[in-house]
Amino acid sequence: MRKSRKDSKAKSEQNGLKKRLLRLKVNGELKEVATETSKTLLEVLREDLGLTGTKHGCEVGECGTCTVLIDKQPVLSCLVLGVESEGTEIVTVEGLMKDGRPHPLQRAFADSGATQCGYCIPGIILTAKSLLDENPRPSRDEIREALSGNLCRCTGYVKILDAVEQVVRGEVA
Amino acid sequence: MKPKVFSVIGKPLPKIDALAKCVGDTRYADDIELPRMLYGKLLRSPYPHARIKAVHTDKAAKLDGVYAVLTGADLPEKFGIMPSSQDEEALAVEKARYAGDPVAAVAAASESVAEEALRLIEVDYEPLKPILSIEEALTSNEESDRIHAWNRRANIHKAVSLEFGDVAGCFEQAEEIFEDTFFFQGNTHLPMEQYCAIGQYGPQDKLTLWSSTQTPHYLHRALAKVLKLPMARIRVIAAPVGGGFGGKSDPFSHEICAAKLSMVTGRPVKITLTREESFYVHRGRHPVKMWIKTGVKKDGTLQAMHFRSFLDGGGYSSYGLASVYYTGALQTVTYKLPAYKFEGVRVFTNKPPCGPKRGHGTPQPRYAVEIQLDKIAEKLGMDPIELRLKQLVEPNSITVNGLRISTCGLKECIEKVAARAEWKKKFRRLPFGRGIGFAASGYISGAGLPIYWNEMPHSGVQLRLDRGGGITVFCGSADIGQGSDSILAYAVAEEFGVELADIRVVTADTDLTPVDLGSYSSRVTVMTGNAAIQACRKLKELLLPVASELLEVPVDDLEMAEGQVRSRSYPKRAISFAECVEKAEGKHGTLGATGSYWPPKNPRGFKGAGVGPTPAYSYSASIVELSCDPETAEVKIEKVWIAHDCGRAFNPLLVEGQSEGSVYMALGEALMEEQVFRKNGLHKFPSILDYKSPTTLESPEVETILIETNDPEGPFGAKEAGQGFLLPVIPAVANALYDAIGVRIDEIPITPDKILRALEGRLKPVSVPSFDFPPPIKWQPGEGIEVPQKS
Repeated sequence: MRKSRKDSKAKSEQNGLKKRLLRLKVNGELKEVATETSKTLLEVLREDLGLTGTKHGCEVGECGTCTVLIDKQPVLSCLVLGVESEGTEIVTVEGLMKDGRPHPLQRAFADSGATQCGYCIPGIILTAKSLLDENPRPSRDEIREALSGNLCRCTGYVKILDAVEQVVRGEVA
Repeated sequence: MKPKVFSVIGKPLPKIDALAKCVGDTRYADDIELPRMLYGKLLRSPYPHARIKAVHTDKAAKLDGVYAVLTGADLPEKFGIMPSSQDEEALAVEKARYAGDPVAAVAAASESVAEEALRLIEVDYEPLKPILSIEEALTSNEESDRIHAWNRRANIHKAVSLEFGDVAGCFEQAEEIFEDTFFFQGNTHLPMEQYCAIGQYGPQDKLTLWSSTQTPHYLHRALAKVLKLPMARIRVIAAPVGGGFGGKSDPFSHEICAAKLSMVTGRPVKITLTREESFYVHRGRHPVKMWIKTGVKKDGTLQAMHFRSFLDGGGYSSYGLASVYYTGALQTVTYKLPAYKFEGVRVFTNKPPCGPKRGHGTPQPRYAVEIQLDKIAEKLGMDPIELRLKQLVEPNSITVNGLRISTCGLKECIEKVAARAEWKKKFRRLPFGRGIGFAASGYISGAGLPIYWNEMPHSGVQLRLDRGGGITVFCGSADIGQGSDSILAYAVAEEFGVELADIRVVTADTDLTPVDLGSYSSRVTVMTGNAAIQACRKLKELLLPVASELLEVPVDDLEMAEGQVRSRSYPKRAISFAECVEKAEGKHGTLGATGSYWPPKNPRGFKGAGVGPTPAYSYSASIVELSCDPETAEVKIEKVWIAHDCGRAFNPLLVEGQSEGSVYMALGEALMEEQVFRKNGLHKFPSILDYKSPTTLESPEVETILIETNDPEGPFGAKEAGQGFLLPVIPAVANALYDAIGVRIDEIPITPDKILRALEGRLKPVSVPSFDFPPPIKWQPGEGIEVPQKS
């Protein structure tokens, strides 16, 4: 079934016009942005707020790459809408830096070889942060379990687990 | 000049770009946003094989927010990575050759408008019978079954036959003959980053293309050919690549279309493919059927091998000419083989094209060879490791097919890995359901020949020295996560004795950087490393005499270390590197130098000889321990040990990372990953959820043992450390499974259903088609040119 031009034009206008002013709290800052209500949080972060540190690997909730923290919980930002995220505290990988200093997880992932292409790493670091916030001394198997929804094709996960353990042991400033 | 103690090489340093990736600063291709940018989308054929009678684009073109629509007629020039098999079109002109083949492209104000425009494009297809298996491709002789018109025989892309040594005579002397068949299913790279390209055609008739590509130079050439623009007006920039594994090594439709759409609209155009589309772009592991006949003496000595491979190539050539030769090239580099015959054929089928994936064409035959050796050892009552140890190739030797071995640390790899895994205590001694398996392999450190024939170097490095002592390194290599940018910095820091922080690396930009052929065939460290060292040494010839004069110390007594140029004998006689640079610039003018690398000459001269030679071979040996529940046939990998002769570990942290990643990728291929199709030619599951790959829960601990043989061809002795690790792991899994439960699975992936069928005696041996291979090209050891070994 092919749509008539009129239908599709109407739809494209609708897509274009149905905007709303979103007020999102991202990395501790209140951001206001007028954007389409149909946009996922992933799209709002990347396209409207310029926070391209959040990556995407499938955009349908299968790979874990786009993980951000919403109210401290890891959430796939491709599966929630921007409009649903109002009134929450959103943290992206950019928000882990404090006063220009990387978070210990970021330092550990960089220094211990846990980062190869690096594309899945923001999502993994945020998932690990959520784990450590709840359980500061997880076992290797608990780390494994917590990260099982984040795919990485480069590392075989060994050095990723090592990096999180280094932070658990307090070896990274 | 060669320093005995390294200051940078061999140290577990962070990669120079790692922290930027961890804090979200790195800008991958899809992170690039340009002013006035439009968004492109490709319309893909829903049919695996169809004639395109007409493409109606009027409605799409009239949609508000649509700026351009392209069809095959707009980009008729064919292209392809190999010069002799240019059979791809940016948009299919007459025929769609797989479900997912791009047919039209649009540029629009947003992705959603572009998607809507695709729905308004009407294509009149005449569906044709799809050719979906190797057997069908080999027997389809009807003109209408032909997928391409250019190749000589129906759907045969390439058939080859090579014979080395006295094959018939050696088989006659064999006391036992073993014949086996194997099937290695295809699988895909699945990098986490989706493909993305941005074209920007400027008012000065110059085109810039950013892309997630492993091979910016080859893309540069393809763009010039298809767009009919001089290379001088095209700039290709490889953005940091979010995973490649070989999948981003071809020039692709979306890259050419992003460029062309920008030329048509005068605005930047970005095309980011969806995950589903990434499964159609593919270029992954070829499905290969194999037949292998090996003759041995009763003491296990190999006499002769005859190997046949049948590759399912998919709809286009891609790297296929190389792939078919690679399935036969490296059988000879691990164990002494007095005679060897190889016959291979690659066919076209109506599926996404296959190409190079980590190990390119060699995991499949290595899997077959190493399982067969396990079977041979068992039949002869030998330990499979002993069988191999008694006939390893020698360093500084030439194989029966004329390949030149420089260093070979395979013996040490095998002995170390066996000791660490406690092989002797465990092999055939573990309880039912638990097993241990072994395999070994060798791999190239870069292809010895370029993809297009030319006399130019394979890698170039340019250095620029700043006043103040900063160094900028320019090189065409593309960092795909393996750390090739860092390798350049390490090499230069080592040579000049400066800190990594004082080095800036600029790579993969055809306007700025000298050509490097790309991140494929495990070539980058060896080739860019050597080029970088050469450039550094040219600059030293300018710098050291200046320091010598100032310090009144002979050049021979000078060293560059800790940011200084100083006397070895009287280290207090020193000037800073920065001061030395300033003085040298005062004397010589602006300081810069280039370095180039050519691999050693190819010792062989026959047709097909280009595949196999390399500056040096890496070696790997792996032991896998696993458990298998005989009720559910679920396999759990308990641990993997792997020893790898990398010549010298430039950075052991990065080498281990390549090892762990290769082991992981091998386990995915061995146990679960498969790119498979329905009977109607549609991909069975083009999604990450259904294309099973290992998560943290299925990925075991890996123990890597690095063996250093200090290869004279390698920079600071380094050889390959990116792909070779993958090769032995897959057969080691199969051999371990046999040790655990006593059944052989000669098919990859080894899934529970196959194991259960095997346990019930219902798993059929792999059938291999019959095919009339061409008469063999015969080559005897001793023919060809002599290429001296370096010492």
